[in-house]
Amino acid sequence: MTRAARVLGALLALTLPFWLQNPYYLHVVIMAGIFGVLSLSLNLLLGYTGQLSLGHAAFFGIGAYTSALLTLSLAWPVWPAMLAAVALTALSGWIIGRLALKLRGAYFVLVTISFAGVVSLVSVNWMELTNGPLGLPGVPAPALGPWSLRTKTAYYYLVLAAVALSYLVCARLVNSRIGRAFLALRENEPLAESVGVDVTHYLVLAAVVSAGLAGLGGSLYAHYTRFVSPEVFLFTYTVTMVIMVVAGGKGTLAGPLVGALLFTALPEALRLATSWQWQMLAYGVLLLLLVYFLPRGIVPALRGLRGRRAS
Amino acid sequence: MTLAVRDLAVQFGGVAALGGVSFEVRPGTITSVIGPNGSGKTTAFNAITGYLRPTRGAITYDGASLAGLRPSAIARRGVVRTFQKTSVFPTLSVADNVMIGLHLSGTAGVVAVLLGRRRLGEEERRLAAEADALVELVGLGHRRGEVASGLPYGEQRLVELAVALAARPRLLLLDEPGAGMTGAEKATVSALIRTIRGRGITVLLVEHDMRMVMGISDTVVVLHHGRVIAEGPPAAIQAHPEVIRAYLGATGERA
Repeated sequence: MTRAARVLGALLALTLPFWLQNPYYLHVVIMAGIFGVLSLSLNLLLGYTGQLSLGHAAFFGIGAYTSALLTLSLAWPVWPAMLAAVALTALSGWIIGRLALKLRGAYFVLVTISFAGVVSLVSVNWMELTNGPLGLPGVPAPALGPWSLRTKTAYYYLVLAAVALSYLVCARLVNSRIGRAFLALRENEPLAESVGVDVTHYLVLAAVVSAGLAGLGGSLYAHYTRFVSPEVFLFTYTVTMVIMVVAGGKGTLAGPLVGALLFTALPEALRLATSWQWQMLAYGVLLLLLVYFLPRGIVPALRGLRGRRAS
Repeated sequence: MTLAVRDLAVQFGGVAALGGVSFEVRPGTITSVIGPNGSGKTTAFNAITGYLRPTRGAITYDGASLAGLRPSAIARRGVVRTFQKTSVFPTLSVADNVMIGLHLSGTAGVVAVLLGRRRLGEEERRLAAEADALVELVGLGHRRGEVASGLPYGEQRLVELAVALAARPRLLLLDEPGAGMTGAEKATVSALIRTIRGRGITVLLVEHDMRMVMGISDTVVVLHHGRVIAEGPPAAIQAHPEVIRAYLGATGERA
């Protein structure tokens, strides 16, 4: 991206609530931001280490429940609860990373799916802790000193800050020797080992950071919707994240954000444009077309276009 | 800094790929392991570098055992290998391939990276300069920015060599570096291997091309059916009756 485009993008993002007054649109943008954090998180594993986690909704859900339970049952303030949500999901990412230490490809996918299944069952059945399928209503909104961040405009800025932080974390990791170790694992594991890259160490590290970011997304979601139920563990959430990462461009920093924005807005746009029978069909067809014509994702395709024009 | 292999045996099920071989690689030399296909050369390589757990035997480098170590830990001790089949980081540029090879030369930990410490920029520039120098050394300066998998076969093998050298080996194991190369490319690789030794790196080589082996080796170890049948300087090996029989009599292998 050129410098001018970057500055313009930042200005647009910072002033958005002032020209996008419609609360419904603002809601869609906030959800896109939360999914942006989740997609950045998934992309770290899928795009850089090449390992597909199909249990990412579990980290999202654990983050949401941790935040909700700490604020509701133990009356923690929101900020420490958010930190705890990130810490606990990072820990669960570490556990998954250790479990999957020697597993790659389909087996890694299976471990992550099973993990999500187990966590989801716990959320439904451990009534005393989670209130089961009824969920946990009344999760408090965060506050900055005397100011509550319960308005959409205020929450928008909180989510924007979280997206920026997640992006920074990913960008710094990816543009370092740690990021190169992630890529080495994706590209050629035996070769990576032969030059001294301890690939399992880096896979665990990627899982920890990725899970922690997904936990941040979950916590943001809980304090935004103010209600958490076992639905946060739905496989649909994971699938949505995968679509966002793949369509936007896996293994690029901007791709997941582009994907998150597009695939949060698209279902809403289709809801306005067509009747409900056609919504999912249209979504599916559009997704197919996108994957067919831009198999590597939107961001790499745009880059290719610009490269061709430059040469 | 001698590599000592003692009574190394590897069984695959009931098949003995290596039946107790012993040899030494003395520092500063080029040692070649030759033998007909299936004689256990690559198996020995895999066992030495931690890709395969031997059934029996001892492998020591510089007096310390390498047994049970992961390949990355063995690389950290200065023992680095290349692979028989071309092995690069396919979608990355030549320069980025070599940058990964420099992994052990970097020091940036996760905390420093996340905090964006300033000295990391200096380290990155130093590593990039080292990568450039290695790309030049193997003669791929004009390919620096190209994607590795898009290069012709011979050049991909040179990328591999640069990646391995980036890991700063003290002992470099090359698995058929000349395989599938043209005569001119083989000559380039031979010259490179001599340059590598000139930099104080010990080389252990598995190779089929007899002209190349006899031209550059200080010592040749001959494997046949998983056992060492001869060991010595090239001239002595070429005259060794059992070696001649193994190559010409038993298998009719290309020499």
